[in-house]
Amino acid sequence: MTAISDAEKLRQLGEQATEARMNVEIETEGMTLNLGPQHPATHGTLRIIAKLDGEQVVVAEPVMGYMHRGYEKLAEVRTYPQVTTLVNRIDWVGSFANETPFILAAEKLMEIEAPPRAQYIRTVLHEMSRIANVMLGIGDMGVQIGAVTPIFFAFRDREYVLNQIEAVTGGRFHPNFDRIGGLKDDLPAGWIQNTQNAMDKVLEFCDQIETLMYGNEIFQARTRGIGIIPKDVGLSYGVSGVNIRGSGVDWDVRRDNMPQGLVYDQVDWKVWTHPDGDCYSRMWVRLQEVREGAKIVQQLLKQIPAGPVMAKVPRIIKVPAGEAFVETENPLGVMGYYIVSKGDLNPYRVKIRTASFSNISITPWLLKGVFVPDIIAILGSLYFILGDIDR
Amino acid sequence: MSDVETVEEEVAVEVDHEREAMLAEISDELGDEIVETFVKPGDDVWIRITRDAWVTTAEVLKNKLDFRFLNFVSAIDWMPSPFGRDMDSQVDLAMSAAQGDVPDPPDMTIETGYAGGDTRFQVFARVNDVDSGRAVTIKADVPDDDLSVPTWIPVYPGANWHERELMEMFGIAVTGHPNPRKLYLPGAFEGNPMRKDFALLARRIKPWPGIVDVEQMPGEDDEESSEAES
Repeated sequence: MTAISDAEKLRQLGEQATEARMNVEIETEGMTLNLGPQHPATHGTLRIIAKLDGEQVVVAEPVMGYMHRGYEKLAEVRTYPQVTTLVNRIDWVGSFANETPFILAAEKLMEIEAPPRAQYIRTVLHEMSRIANVMLGIGDMGVQIGAVTPIFFAFRDREYVLNQIEAVTGGRFHPNFDRIGGLKDDLPAGWIQNTQNAMDKVLEFCDQIETLMYGNEIFQARTRGIGIIPKDVGLSYGVSGVNIRGSGVDWDVRRDNMPQGLVYDQVDWKVWTHPDGDCYSRMWVRLQEVREGAKIVQQLLKQIPAGPVMAKVPRIIKVPAGEAFVETENPLGVMGYYIVSKGDLNPYRVKIRTASFSNISITPWLLKGVFVPDIIAILGSLYFILGDIDR
Repeated sequence: MSDVETVEEEVAVEVDHEREAMLAEISDELGDEIVETFVKPGDDVWIRITRDAWVTTAEVLKNKLDFRFLNFVSAIDWMPSPFGRDMDSQVDLAMSAAQGDVPDPPDMTIETGYAGGDTRFQVFARVNDVDSGRAVTIKADVPDDDLSVPTWIPVYPGANWHERELMEMFGIAVTGHPNPRKLYLPGAFEGNPMRKDFALLARRIKPWPGIVDVEQMPGEDDEESSEAES
């Protein structure tokens, strides 16, 4: 530190005062707005530093790492069955869906296949995680832009789904139920009928929320034409899932690259897209996603075959040497695990491709030039879970 | 059982025409830049290219061959960890060493995966073609004396954060990156955590309870587990 003389200090203050006066007269000075790390709109600890010119964003820079837990490193010192416990915590609102691609990748390397019943139940649980996750996302979008009721509807009706997940796995949020070669356990008695009823509630929720929120004039004004992601820009940023289908890209891993071990080809469903690419279209596709999810679950429940839920696997699981990448359509987008095995008890390297990481990486591009309230609408419509960004 | 095995063998020797055709298409464009390729029928395609062609490959894949979706960019450290599997904590190891039970030193030979490799570090990336559902994994060797790769940002802007992660986690410089700051780690963090010679501290100071899960249970012998395997 160099000492500044009083005269120098005075001169500097005078200069600043002149500058400030000039700014009032000529233009407003740029301001830095710090959103987060603790901000209700950030679903955790995403921090966005936005440089503003008046009400408009000049530069927005997301800062993350507040929740980085190093799962890729931790997975290297754990055995394959132990990894599912870790990856449950990536996207904590749709936990079961995190386990699926990892287990499928390990099964691919071991060249074993889960029995049909396990494949059906796996797909059902995968879809139920999607429903639970996306329902919350829809309700949350409402609260972001000033409608408080939808979040209560979403929390209330999501509970029907979580109760069913809990009934079969024992955990509402962290099921840890998927195993290499099948599932931990079979379904409890009466579960199928209860789940059908829960899905009816979900479909009812969709109809309610559609008129309550999507038809609302304020909702439309806040979301239509805001935060438009063009197809090619979205793809080159790696934006996936609902966010890219909202930009008119007709690509769903469930239909186009379905990994072995799931049974989406056994049911009748549709991939919804919307050509606009704005906040509204993303939220609209999200709503259809919940409906299709409920329909998939209801159809699958009717055709679950009888039989064992676990294939014969060695008690001590050693995965043969090789590399495998399996991606699935998760609630937040495309999630994949790239597993490198050296024939050991634990994976040699696990690269976790999470959806929100890529979905949010577009924000510096997307937030340029938008108004401050739209930041919240855009973040809400991209819908991310912090654990899915920071891993 | 024998019937099933023969069927599996037939599948294994079957040529995956779709993926071979895709590989031929890519090879036509890239020519000599391809070092090695590997096709796993019914599964995936791996292509190893020279590091100089890292950006050219991205351009060709995105602009000429329609692989418009960036899946991820990352790296692998192929040097096995000098700490072995690290399942036992250092406390346990010190105890067993005191009893005269010296564990074998870990095998440090570098074995690379699909499509081969000559160096310790490899960068790899995956891109998808969303219209046809095709995908390809690209690998490139990074020589030890010059740990750097050119950036993919001009081609795939989404590579930005992936490359920042790559830099801090593996210590591989990405040349031409506009913002080479740390992504996850605090600014003053030293070391590159995803390198195999970066010790996982928690594992080295505390006994690992999870090891119980993979030990044999009493009353279970090798015969039983091999029976379950067949």
